[in-house]
Amino acid sequence: MSELLSTDVAIIGAGPIGLFAVFELGLLDIKAHLIDILPKAGGQCAELYPEKPIYDIPGFPVINGQDLVDNLRKQIEPFGPKFHLGEMVEGMEVLGAPEHPLFRIATDNDKTIEAKSVFIAAGGGSFQPKKPPIPGLDAYENKSVFYSVRRMEHFKGRRVVIVGGGDSALDWALNLHPVADRITLVHRRDAFRAAPHSVNAMRELVNSGDMEFVLGQVTGVKGDNSQLSALTIRRENGEHYDHPCDDMLPFFGLTMKLGPIANWGINLNENLIPVDTAKFETSVPGIFAIGDINTYPGKLKLILSGFHEATLAAQRAHRYVYPDKKLTFQYTTSSTSLQRKLGVT
Amino acid sequence: MPKITFVDASGESRSVEAQVGATVMETALRNSIPGIEAECGGACACATCHVYVSEAWTEKTGKASQMEEDMLDFAFEVRPNSRLSCQIKVSEELDGLSVTTPAKQG
Repeated sequence: MSELLSTDVAIIGAGPIGLFAVFELGLLDIKAHLIDILPKAGGQCAELYPEKPIYDIPGFPVINGQDLVDNLRKQIEPFGPKFHLGEMVEGMEVLGAPEHPLFRIATDNDKTIEAKSVFIAAGGGSFQPKKPPIPGLDAYENKSVFYSVRRMEHFKGRRVVIVGGGDSALDWALNLHPVADRITLVHRRDAFRAAPHSVNAMRELVNSGDMEFVLGQVTGVKGDNSQLSALTIRRENGEHYDHPCDDMLPFFGLTMKLGPIANWGINLNENLIPVDTAKFETSVPGIFAIGDINTYPGKLKLILSGFHEATLAAQRAHRYVYPDKKLTFQYTTSSTSLQRKLGVT
Repeated sequence: MPKITFVDASGESRSVEAQVGATVMETALRNSIPGIEAECGGACACATCHVYVSEAWTEKTGKASQMEEDMLDFAFEVRPNSRLSCQIKVSEELDGLSVTTPAKQG
């Protein structure tokens, strides 16, 4: 049974722009839910460069990605946004009339969220697993080749090859070890960027003969009817051999893909969403696009530009959330009503 | 200005002028070289600017750092001459450098 939730604005993407949109909406008494495919808020700032200094955030001569995210989260705390992390928005339906639309969003975690307006703040798209360029690999996906583990039972009694040297590869090698018939870890070098305790645990299992480690790279797949029978592996010395197996789990990190957004009936221009620069609204009334995902004449993919876009989009979204209320512009420095919302009076 | 040649997976080659101090990745982006994605913008955080340095140049470009080696784990078809082009800084010494882009970055 899917969970049905309701809010004013559904924000797709919990990166810096999605987070700041909560603030600007909150000042206008608009409640928001944020949905992000990553298990944490912060988008690229948190996933790609948490330690990287950013020099062009106004008022901060230098701030790193994670600190910026932490500050934004603190800034939006008074508005109590609801986060749906580790979930991808798969479907979106537009209900109601164009002047009074209602959007029904479905996540891959079986949640349905109804909102009066949608902000797409999806940056470069959703982070999805990188798929190795092995010919014919896609035919085995979800049956014999997996980029994440949803059901551990599937691997019961199976010969599993895990490819990679990071935390995902090592964690799953260790977690699936008691379940699977045999685990083989394939990695291009005898060094691992995973947590040292995982690496040690893996090495112990390899030393005792309970796990196999192959130094090499997978170059081919063999099998029938979406079921793998073997992988062709090139060893470090250049030699190829066939390694019998039932399942493969490649872990090569994440890449950004536009994903399901392309199927929502919004006009796109080369994987970006065209918007106007007064409202940052898309071709579908009530759906806004802010941050790196939008495009307009003069667009710069800067966090500071995204903040401006979120602010103007929030003003317009007020009409969809409160069609009968007039919006008066106020400053946080002087408005007691805004200060009350922020909890500072 | 040093010249850098980018050869794509199909063998097509493009030579461009590079600024000393810029990275090979930045040089590729400025000249719209296909096959370099640079998703993270040069933070050594994504492995989508992977190149193979031509054998004659591997000594001059040097070896990948520890962090870069870690990140190369996320690239495909990694070879001994694999580097992330965001980590190679252009110098006069690299005039004539040739790199090949892989068939797939991400």
